[in-house]
Amino acid sequence: MNNAHPGLPDFVEYVKPASLEEASKFLVAHAGESRPFLGATDCIVRMRDGIWKTKYLVDVKGLDGTNQITFDPAVGLTIGAAVPMNKVAAHPAVIKHYPLLAEACHWVASYQLRSRATIVGNICNASPAGDTIGASMLLEGVLRVFGPDGYRDEPLNGFFKGPGRTNLKPGDIAVSVSFPLPPQGNSGRYIKLGRNKLGDLAIVGVTAFGYPDSSAASGYRFRIALASVAPIPLRVPKAEELLASKPIDEAVLAEAAQLAYESCTPIDDVRGSARYRKQMVRNLTRNALVDIWSKIRKDA
Amino acid sequence: MSFHRITIRINGNLEQVDVPGNLTLLQMLRDKLGLTGTKNGCASGECGACTVILNGDAVNSCMVVAAECDGAEITTIEGLASSGDLDMVQKMILEEGGVQCGFCTPGILMSARALLNRNPHPTEFDIRDAISGNLCRCTGYNRIVTAISRAAEAESAAVK
Ligand SMILES: Cc1cc2nc3c(=O)[nH]c(=O)nc-3n(C[C@H](O)[C@H](O)[C@H](O)COP(=O)(O)OP(=O)(O)OC[C@H]3O[C@@H](n4cnc5c(N)ncnc54)[C@H](O)[C@@H]3O)c2cc1C
Ligand code: FES
Ligand code: FES
Repeated sequence: MNNAHPGLPDFVEYVKPASLEEASKFLVAHAGESRPFLGATDCIVRMRDGIWKTKYLVDVKGLDGTNQITFDPAVGLTIGAAVPMNKVAAHPAVIKHYPLLAEACHWVASYQLRSRATIVGNICNASPAGDTIGASMLLEGVLRVFGPDGYRDEPLNGFFKGPGRTNLKPGDIAVSVSFPLPPQGNSGRYIKLGRNKLGDLAIVGVTAFGYPDSSAASGYRFRIALASVAPIPLRVPKAEELLASKPIDEAVLAEAAQLAYESCTPIDDVRGSARYRKQMVRNLTRNALVDIWSKIRKDA
Repeated sequence: MSFHRITIRINGNLEQVDVPGNLTLLQMLRDKLGLTGTKNGCASGECGACTVILNGDAVNSCMVVAAECDGAEITTIEGLASSGDLDMVQKMILEEGGVQCGFCTPGILMSARALLNRNPHPTEFDIRDAISGNLCRCTGYNRIVTAISRAAEAESAAVK
């Protein structure tokens, strides 16, 4: 084969287990040289480039409901791990109750890539730049995992340990991600700054979410997640606490954006300098908060 | 290296293919089946030259493992005009002059065909979104967008 761009290395094998148990056992028996995959959009690039030396690509699509997306107003939304982003973003319940998730999906790469790429793959890949991770965290996503000891739930807040590192262990297979019904009167925004409008990883990504809440001193609660500015997708609890306690106005929103600026620890890379990233975190966080505030404030 | 025997319906024909686990769908199409209309531009999911329709969806064939396509229905550029008549998107791309070097064209046509199949009345935004993963270094995109929009109009006029 004389392709200018070669494919996967010759040693790569494709494995299609018949059940989650079989998949999990295989992954344990071949720990370090196997990985589960869904859309393969991260796997193919990483393995082709030799960054991952994986031998066995274990296809977990279609096992035990991973292809389904279900919505029940009493319970919320459950997205099977193998459901590609285009299907998520086009689902009526997502458009109606979780538009932030659809907006985040829309910022990933291109239409064709989203025919394959999944939210669960985005989460398990644990890139600090993952575009759908912020929305998934702010909407209180919980990953359902099948592992050597059976099923367990992994809330996304606390799930990420470093670039590409999570609470998942060999033999663990994420089967779905679930979201409770979001609070009444909410609004969310994802602002992605890339080198171009589409198809590039985020230089900075700001996801914000807000809703009226009479149990908060300010009458409102906000949640903020930052992409590409720390080793993990970052929440900003200090800013969230401020916005729950102080009466909201433009100055307080700007103060919260300043706290986001202070809490992030970006690096310099080809996409942007650390200094630029920090400043953009402040500006974009403020823009996102102002926009949400204009939509959820009750005195408007 | 172990091989997987897969059965696919490709451009309407059932075929059995033996593929090693490391082969991408793009490599299978070009190197095993001789369907070289599907182009290899980057093999990284970036350029869209390799776009085909897999079970109804436009996908980057370089981002699909061939072995997982068992039972799949695949349409490549060779399948668009299989009856001898050009597909409407092909006709309009020609009429509008939406082709220069032509390297991106098979991918653009497959993205456009998949779009019109799922959405017969796309807005300009829908069209630009559908070809957002198809890079063209020659045309500047405007004629391509016009061509797809005219193809949609012509097809819905024909249905009426
Ligand atoms: C050209 C291109 C552009 C891209 N642009 C963007 C972008 O703009 N924004 C963005 O966020 N990402 C982008 N990506 C990255 C990638 O597409 C996303 O991270 C995608 O969501 C991954 O999903 P997947 O289903 O393809 O994952 P896969 O490649 O199948 O898997 C990703 C990782 O998760 C692990 N994994 C997969 N399934 C499971 C499971 N069930 N249980 C446990 N672990 C699992 C895999 O072992 C692997 O480590 C881009 C990739 C390419 C090739
Ligand atoms: S060759 Fe597949 S996207 Fe470029
Ligand atoms: S016509 Fe040359 S790349 Fe599109």
